[in-house]
Amino acid sequence: MRRFWGFVVKEFLHIFRDYRTLLILFGIPAVQLILFGFVITNEIKDARFAVLDLSMDETTRQLTEKIVSSGYFQLDRNLHTYDEIDEAFCEGDIRLVVVFEPDFARRLEKEKVAHVQLIGDASDPNSASILVSYASGILNNYLLSMNSEAIPLQIHPETRMMYNQELKGVFMFVPGLMAMLLMLISALMTSLSITREKELGTMELLLASPLKPLQIVLGKVFPYVFLAFIDACIIILLGWSVFGVPIRGSVGLLLFESFLFISMALSLGILISCITNSQQLAMMISLVALMLPTILLSGFIFPIENMPKILQWFCHIMPPKYFITIIKSIMLMGNGLYFIWKETLILFGFTLFFILLSIKKFKIRLTSS
Amino acid sequence: MSPQHHGTTAPQHHGTLPPDDAIIHVSDLVKKFGSFVANDHLTFDVKRGEIFGFLGANGAGKTTAIRILCGLSYPTSGELLVAGYNVYTQREKIKKNIGYMSQKFSLYDDLTVFENIRFYAAIYGLSKKEIYHRAGNLMKKLELEEARNKLIREIPLGWKQKLAFSVAIIHDPKIVFLDEPTGGVDPITRRQFWDMIYEAARSGITVFVTTHYMDEAEYCDRVCIMVDGRIAALDTPMDLRETFHAKTMNDVFLKLARAKTPEGI
Repeated sequence: MRRFWGFVVKEFLHIFRDYRTLLILFGIPAVQLILFGFVITNEIKDARFAVLDLSMDETTRQLTEKIVSSGYFQLDRNLHTYDEIDEAFCEGDIRLVVVFEPDFARRLEKEKVAHVQLIGDASDPNSASILVSYASGILNNYLLSMNSEAIPLQIHPETRMMYNQELKGVFMFVPGLMAMLLMLISALMTSLSITREKELGTMELLLASPLKPLQIVLGKVFPYVFLAFIDACIIILLGWSVFGVPIRGSVGLLLFESFLFISMALSLGILISCITNSQQLAMMISLVALMLPTILLSGFIFPIENMPKILQWFCHIMPPKYFITIIKSIMLMGNGLYFIWKETLILFGFTLFFILLSIKKFKIRLTSS
Repeated sequence: MSPQHHGTTAPQHHGTLPPDDAIIHVSDLVKKFGSFVANDHLTFDVKRGEIFGFLGANGAGKTTAIRILCGLSYPTSGELLVAGYNVYTQREKIKKNIGYMSQKFSLYDDLTVFENIRFYAAIYGLSKKEIYHRAGNLMKKLELEEARNKLIREIPLGWKQKLAFSVAIIHDPKIVFLDEPTGGVDPITRRQFWDMIYEAARSGITVFVTTHYMDEAEYCDRVCIMVDGRIAALDTPMDLRETFHAKTMNDVFLKLARAKTPEGI
């Protein structure tokens, strides 16, 4: 144990002596979060929308008011016929049209079903789908608050492909950013710190010392577990204090899942450093092979449901995807382990897989070098 | 391989028995990389307390052999005992009893002199008190006391090399392996470095050193010359010069190397 702590102390010295690393570790999360946060919140604030109210009753009036008072939308105009919809979009300012069918309130009362059509401007598909889901979320909330036993409102099929209950917050980016940054810090930093020892030739010395290979790897990883964990807390805290991202579920579970994801990313970093010998290559692999898929294929920015089938398959082997699902589930929906045990198990499986693969690669290296 | 092959108790294997004073025993060591044979049936013993030189051109198989002895690489076949322990089954015990210094001086540029010493002392399991005690003595001996808190990248190469060697033996190992320790250093510093090696040997540490500087071979007690993965000669420098009718070790080496080259070239 004395050997191990001596090693860990050295690793911390490396990190704290290199202020650039420190800047990456703690500066980037804060900057990224604030950047992403404001960009995304600006996008959906005060989106102009139009209403085509063919019913003109108390319920539709209240619903319209709900949408306006949510803060995301601003009522631009009232339409009177379907023909005006196209015109309204073409004029440019309008990003969403809400259509209430005739006799809306009466149907809701009698048939328990009434139709609303949400029409988004799909020339900008991402914000369109976000707006549509916000609007439908607001409508659903309203109807739930009416305490009906069955949910009477059905969203019109035309908008259903864009319907995504989970998109219900401005808070998508916090889980995504967390996945991205934890991946970056954990995988990139560990792979760099191990390959650096290889480049310097000090790895030989460590391996010739009584330190066991496992101790070397754990010693390398330990500081980053610690630092990545602090980062996770910074992101959650910033998200909560600056952007009001809620933590509806258990904080303990959230931290546990973050820890699991960090372990996964670290074992991936170890694997990368097992198959490369130079820092440069390790960096390339981490950035190109990890960062881009994390951003593009994890559902962080682009919804997985809209991707071609082949890419969707790729998405399923991206660990961040599961982490994002977990985080969203805990933070935004307040779910417990019961709802996310499958994703948790998958992350655990990834971690185990990467560690076993690293051990195998390491043994091969000893016999063939 | 039974685990009780250690110390000087005669192991019951079919190879040659190690002599009582052998601290390293190598019998029929073979290391292959695919079809390339890096170490071709090496057999030799290193005696307790001697300075054993491993000579050869680049690519002759010196580094491969030293890496195997340090447990950094697995042999393909052969019987090896280092400090009385079996290379296949008792690598952890071997590692506690050896020191290793590689071609690159293996100190951390971004740590201070003291931090480097403390780190290596710690991974060899010295206690905190012991670490401070030995680090103090070491820095006094190397006249590095004023540089205690200087980063390694700020001190001259010669000092780095001496420090690297001192750090490699800070835990009083039985054997220290030096893999081309004098590469890229000027002749005067090299001479000083060899003084340190002598001192270590006098204190009872066996020194196993590889080099391709033939003049350094003269400083060794015994020299093993490698050519193309085989042992071409093994004796004291004086006897080698006599046997090959040569004035210097360099001539000995050239004669050996030429003998291995196919005729007509």
